[in-house]
Amino acid sequence: MKKESFVSIVDCSKEDILHLIQKAEFFEQHPNQRILEGKVCATLFFEPSTRTRLSFETAVNRLGGRIIGFSDAATTSSSKGETLKDTIKMVSNYVDVIIMRHYLEGAARYASEIANVPIINAGDGANQHPSQTMLDMYSIYKTQGTLDHLTVTMVGDLKYGRTVHSLLTGMSHFNPTFRFVAPEELRLPEIYKQFMDNRGICYSEHTDFSPEVINQSDILYMTRVQRERFTDLMEYEKVKNVYVLTNSMLAGSKDNLRILHPLPRVNEIARDVDDNPKAYYFEQAHNGVFARQAIICHVLKIP
Amino acid sequence: MEQKELQVAALKNGTVIDHIPTEQLFKVVSLLGVQQLTTQVTIGYGLDSKKMGKKGILKIADKFFEQDEINRISLIAPSVKLNIIRDYEVVEKQLVYLPDELLGLVKCNNPKCITNNEPMRTRFKVIDKEKITLQCHYCEMKTKKEEIVLL
Ligand SMILES: [Zn+2]
Repeated sequence: MKKESFVSIVDCSKEDILHLIQKAEFFEQHPNQRILEGKVCATLFFEPSTRTRLSFETAVNRLGGRIIGFSDAATTSSSKGETLKDTIKMVSNYVDVIIMRHYLEGAARYASEIANVPIINAGDGANQHPSQTMLDMYSIYKTQGTLDHLTVTMVGDLKYGRTVHSLLTGMSHFNPTFRFVAPEELRLPEIYKQFMDNRGICYSEHTDFSPEVINQSDILYMTRVQRERFTDLMEYEKVKNVYVLTNSMLAGSKDNLRILHPLPRVNEIARDVDDNPKAYYFEQAHNGVFARQAIICHVLKIP
Repeated sequence: MEQKELQVAALKNGTVIDHIPTEQLFKVVSLLGVQQLTTQVTIGYGLDSKKMGKKGILKIADKFFEQDEINRISLIAPSVKLNIIRDYEVVEKQLVYLPDELLGLVKCNNPKCITNNEPMRTRFKVIDKEKITLQCHYCEMKTKKEEIVLL
């Protein structure tokens, strides 16, 4: 049987995505199973990310698997100059699946070509973080009952935000309408607009984070606007409070609107939104465990 | 007629690569591994050309290129023509095609790409053959024609 890795959302067909969502739904209903009994999973975090690692390790533990690995490259032989290839070759002799996060872009794809066990990409630099995309899409599915024909508004850093680019790619199979709200300096890159044009996807761009845009939306996907992304700090000072969601801005929004955020947030969602039933970001993070259980079973070809 | 067109002395058997842009001539020489050949090679630099003004030409004795081999120069000299010579006659013309994938040929412009940090071969998909847009198989970054850097 062909080895299956989970490296990039670009590789996922519409059917793959729907299949993973079904699986995630199943695991939400039955989170504790012994289906990874006797299996060993590696979590290789060449760059620390406590949130993602704990989510994956919870997913493995709830399925009865065992875990080896490291949470920081400083403690591994790669800090002594060992190549990624050698580390992956060595670890893939020990385990059934490798879950890896790396600061270099393309690291997971390369690892998937070297390893003789499946690789799950838990983030490769600014490139891909497909398990985040799956949990975002599972959250959208759960709250809307469908993925089809939704209006998704993305707010904040649309230039560097990889979660935005991946979500856009994943949702592109489901006839979405996108609204992009960002400061001039952090607008969505041209290549993603070309991608949507080629696929005939409806979208519009806004610099104003206005109630008009919010009121049309089914999903409001908020991201951080980070100071270090700006070449012009005057510009940052001007916009830093513009892309902040407050509870009063939601007054005229649709009943089914849900607010998502890949977390951690800084100040882009005011605390007074947390108690609004439309705030979904904490549940969203919880969905990550089910989405990751689905991904692990998918690459291990466990039906 | 053929010999006049080729502007260089006759070749018994081998390949003549004509209409090479002059400024790319030595890059073509290196991409095709001409230095590693043990046969006779004539390199014509800055020859007059009606079509191109100046051109380069390569005459390689007893060497016939596989299509894969010759496609390596498609990025820098897409419109060259190869004349396959047997017994002083041009028996075949060979064109250069941009392949779907470029292996070990182009450098990824992303400093944080794994290919710039591990001893490994680069790999690009040609996602637009007309505009010549490449995409790194690893970091997924796209490279436009004018940004392409050869290894
Ligand atoms: Zn690259």
